[in-house]
Amino acid sequence: MSENTEITKAAVDAVVSDALKLIQGATDLASLKAVRSQAVGENSGITKLSSLMGKLPGDKKGEAGKLITAARTQLNEAFSAAETVFYQAEQNQKLLEESVDVTAAPMTQVLGARHPLSLLQDEIADVFIGMGWEIAEGPEVESEWFNFDALNFDADHPARAMQDTFFVEPVEAHLVLRTHTSPVQVRSLLERELPVYVLCPGRVFRTDELDATHTPVFHQVEGLAVDKGLTMADLKGTLEHFARIMFGPDAKIRLRPSFFPFTEPSAELDVWHPGAKGGARWVEWGGCGMVNPNVLLAAGIDPEVYSGFAFGMGIERTLMFRNDVKDMHDMVEADVRFSKQFGVVL
Amino acid sequence: MRVPLSWLGEFVELPSNSNAESVMAELVKVGLEEEGSHGYGLTGPIVVGQVLEFVAEEQSNGKTIRWCQVRVAPSGKKAGDGGEDVRGIVCGARNFEVNDKVVVTLPGAVLPGDFKIAARSTYGHTSDGMIASARELGLSDDHEGILRLATLGIDPEVGTDALLLLGLNDEAAEVNVTPDRGYCFSIRGIAREFAHATGAKFTDPIDSVKPAHGEGFKVEIKDDAPIRSRVGSTKFVIRSASNVNAAAPTPAWMVSRLKLSGMRSISIVVDITNYVMLEMGQPLHAYDSAKLNGSITVRRAKSAESLKTLDGQDRKLNSEDLVIADASGAIGLAGVMGGASTEVSQSTTSVLIEAANFDGVSIARSARRHKLPSEASKRFERGVDPKVAEYAAARAIALLEELAGAKADSLGSFVDNSPSATTVFLPNNFAAELTGVDYTAAEITSTLNEIGCVVASVDSGFEVIVPSWRPDITHKTDLVEEAARITGYDRIPSRLPVAPPGRGLTRRQKMRRAVMNQLSATGHVEVLTYPFLKAEQNSYFAEVNSARVVLANAMQEDVNEMRLTMLPGLMDAAKRNVSRTLTDLSIYEVGLVFNPAKSSKPVSLPNGTSLPSAKDLELLHQSVPQQPLYLGALFVGNRISEQVGRKASRSGYADAIQAARVTAHAVGLELDLIQATPKGFHPGRTAALVIRGTEITVGYAGELHPELALANDLPRQVGVVEINLELLFANAPELIQAGAVDTYPAATQDLSLVIDLNVPAGEVLAVLAEAAGELLEEIVLVDDYRGTNLEEGKKSLTFALRFRANDRTLTQVEASVARDNAVSAANAKFGATIRA
Repeated sequence: MSENTEITKAAVDAVVSDALKLIQGATDLASLKAVRSQAVGENSGITKLSSLMGKLPGDKKGEAGKLITAARTQLNEAFSAAETVFYQAEQNQKLLEESVDVTAAPMTQVLGARHPLSLLQDEIADVFIGMGWEIAEGPEVESEWFNFDALNFDADHPARAMQDTFFVEPVEAHLVLRTHTSPVQVRSLLERELPVYVLCPGRVFRTDELDATHTPVFHQVEGLAVDKGLTMADLKGTLEHFARIMFGPDAKIRLRPSFFPFTEPSAELDVWHPGAKGGARWVEWGGCGMVNPNVLLAAGIDPEVYSGFAFGMGIERTLMFRNDVKDMHDMVEADVRFSKQFGVVL
Repeated sequence: MRVPLSWLGEFVELPSNSNAESVMAELVKVGLEEEGSHGYGLTGPIVVGQVLEFVAEEQSNGKTIRWCQVRVAPSGKKAGDGGEDVRGIVCGARNFEVNDKVVVTLPGAVLPGDFKIAARSTYGHTSDGMIASARELGLSDDHEGILRLATLGIDPEVGTDALLLLGLNDEAAEVNVTPDRGYCFSIRGIAREFAHATGAKFTDPIDSVKPAHGEGFKVEIKDDAPIRSRVGSTKFVIRSASNVNAAAPTPAWMVSRLKLSGMRSISIVVDITNYVMLEMGQPLHAYDSAKLNGSITVRRAKSAESLKTLDGQDRKLNSEDLVIADASGAIGLAGVMGGASTEVSQSTTSVLIEAANFDGVSIARSARRHKLPSEASKRFERGVDPKVAEYAAARAIALLEELAGAKADSLGSFVDNSPSATTVFLPNNFAAELTGVDYTAAEITSTLNEIGCVVASVDSGFEVIVPSWRPDITHKTDLVEEAARITGYDRIPSRLPVAPPGRGLTRRQKMRRAVMNQLSATGHVEVLTYPFLKAEQNSYFAEVNSARVVLANAMQEDVNEMRLTMLPGLMDAAKRNVSRTLTDLSIYEVGLVFNPAKSSKPVSLPNGTSLPSAKDLELLHQSVPQQPLYLGALFVGNRISEQVGRKASRSGYADAIQAARVTAHAVGLELDLIQATPKGFHPGRTAALVIRGTEITVGYAGELHPELALANDLPRQVGVVEINLELLFANAPELIQAGAVDTYPAATQDLSLVIDLNVPAGEVLAVLAEAAGELLEEIVLVDDYRGTNLEEGKKSLTFALRFRANDRTLTQVEASVARDNAVSAANAKFGATIRA
């Protein structure tokens, strides 16, 4: 390439043509980068040409400047076009190389689970929290007084012998594993200001052998409301609301006469379970009734002023018919597969 | 209570198409829950046959069979199955003679167990039916031979439907009787309730009985030690009959009804007493008069007195036991079981019938003490109608006359100290106040009348005289239950009460949930285990002689302690999972552990019908063991399994410690770790968990002692953590105070220190953090290097530090000064030097 001494159209065209050849000769970003200086940079023909500008007489400068600028623009565009093409190609290649089989994505952390019996207790608690009730708890090893006497189980009442009770040594200390969550009722009435609206979920114990429908350790949830003017209608309304939240808007309840020492009148509670597997049906759900005046008296409450209702149901039983759990063993054997199938929802 | 429908139908009108199911469906409406139905499960044709002749044929197997010709229909008539009137039947039994009347199951009949009768070839004949034994018919367990109808005292016509004749077409409905309704342990009571449920007409069985009072037999009730001020017996009726044929057969209808009621036929005298008990609810006892020594005294047992009861057991009596005694001593455990010495036998010719009323508490205690729950004690415990005794005695005497050829005599006794009827006042609006139903006065009166009350309207309410069979009705609420029950619970309206504004979950409840949710969100699976442990399991982690809460009646004798710690239960759970090839486990449980109360002094329970004194309440509270809430977690196998592009991550102490961190974090706390050696843990891989900024140890995290793990069929390396959540929660911040989030650029520094091997990294980090001052934003241990190019006994710890100021861009110089301060402190405390 001859040294130009003048900025002419021909000279400019020549350096442009040379530079374009260099650019076109590149095959990738690296080779493009390698010719950058020669094509458009410090060592390029166009730069050298433009260095002649200073020596030109004033009236020639305008013309030459235009030529140079147009050429530079053309070359820069060509370079950057090539650069874009190569960059895209390289990016595409990189993305291709980075591709993985997403269907084989590893678990970076194992998934945990709550036990459905404890989830269900939380879920029930939330229903009642939403109604302004509070959640009460109590000990599992309990004084017989709270478990029986205060609940109107006379020391010699057959109902007391009927309970298959675990006793703690020495028996003279009168401690039992609570046979129901009802002692929490008494504790709540003793500890709280009236009116009382509490829900008591928890673990209870009876000396039943483990089989498909029994376990010596199980869970109950019990509700208690003591206020002025409460009637069985309030009990029924509360249970209906509860049933609809647990089993859907078509759920309903029905009461049948029964007997519990701590309620009078007493009733068995059936729920109409619209989503039951195999078709909607009535299911025995729990027991309920109006708090026996003797229970109020044991807690120092005047039954002529206050009345109350109570209800209770088994958590295992509820889970069994709500979620179609067929065997009690699944709920008590701590097999992780049982909890895992629920995860953290019911 | 099992109720044969034929019997029930005698006292209440049953719809014609009734069966056990339909009867139970009605009874459940008034509170008698269905338990199931009982029948003989027989389908005819089953008829009376007469053996005309038989040939004994010896078989090759050594057995002798009888080839019988049996008439199964009157001559010339078609048999029950439409076939011939005389059939050839092969019979293996030999307890019958020609002309005996027997029960023949003809082809087409079905016996229990879907045993279909058909003409079949056997022993070279075609046996055209079967001659049945009592057991095959379900009447008794007697399978000694076939049933000869003569033994039942009957001689029916050939061809008679035997199902009808023997009551084998009857069935029983079984209902659950709640403890307040003792009167429903009788056909009388169930019939009454059936009438309440359906409106059908009820006929009281006592209405057709004329009681008579005997005289001249001395009975003395001498209770020197009433239990809870209740005299042991308030009524005692004795009636007498002589000329009894105690060997007379019990008629089939009675056998059948007893059988359906769940009782065995024993002898005519005993069967009659049981039958009347079932019918009227009054337990009866029959004495052989000839075996009695003089008059009867009802008293408490004397010390060292004993009694051989009817079941043949010699029983040492307790001074609380109420006994029936004659001159020879105790002859019966009152209301529970009679004695052997005066038992009626086949040769008995005169009997005394006792119909008494005993105190429920006394009977319940005796039955429990002697582990002898009987049909009688069950009824007395729940209360027997005091008015029914003389009717039941009269009914028994009449049946003895009718069925055992007996002759009633005038000997007897009638002691009646029954309490007068209970009167309960029911205020006018009370039923509405309790149920929300506006019953009319007429409704109240009629429903209470229906259950047998006498109701008098007074100004402000109703004076209600309670029927003698309802000792459970003592309070106005009991009357309301009756009104609501009889009119139907479906009358009760529905209303949702509005509770006062609630406070939501308590802090403790929220924290408990947060811990569980966080653990589950970080890959831990919640399990629930029984809190029962063997003593040795508690001793894995606690001192062998530490106090435990021990069960008096554990289901498995050696699994009788309540857990002191969560870990053994989790170990059992892990073992079970591992045995099911679930070998990668991260499990946890939140629950109570049981520390014995400080004193296990005997506690006398206050009366349950009034508020105990503050002192008594305090004693009760103190008697209850401490039961703090704990968390346990356990790790076996891989925390993360081998997968595409990843190696398996084996679980161990780090996962246990991480679970502890997650737990603390869930309640806004951080933990410091201190190397520790609690019992049962790996002595070199366990940390005490100390709440940061305190000296409170809330638990331990690390690994099980490998020997303990292996002894429990677990792999050698098992990560475990246990935390006292009560302690953790008690120290959780109630409110997090926010600090400013500074935005000036940070300066970072790395620092490698050479230090003695035995210096815990955590302590070095704490010293560095302290000495680096306020500019230090974060410090992380990034490496613990132990290698050949270090001096013997040394390690190199590398920390990454990030500094930031809240008011300016930090220079590296400032950061270096802070770092150097940290190094100086570490050097002073541990001799640490910067690694060259």
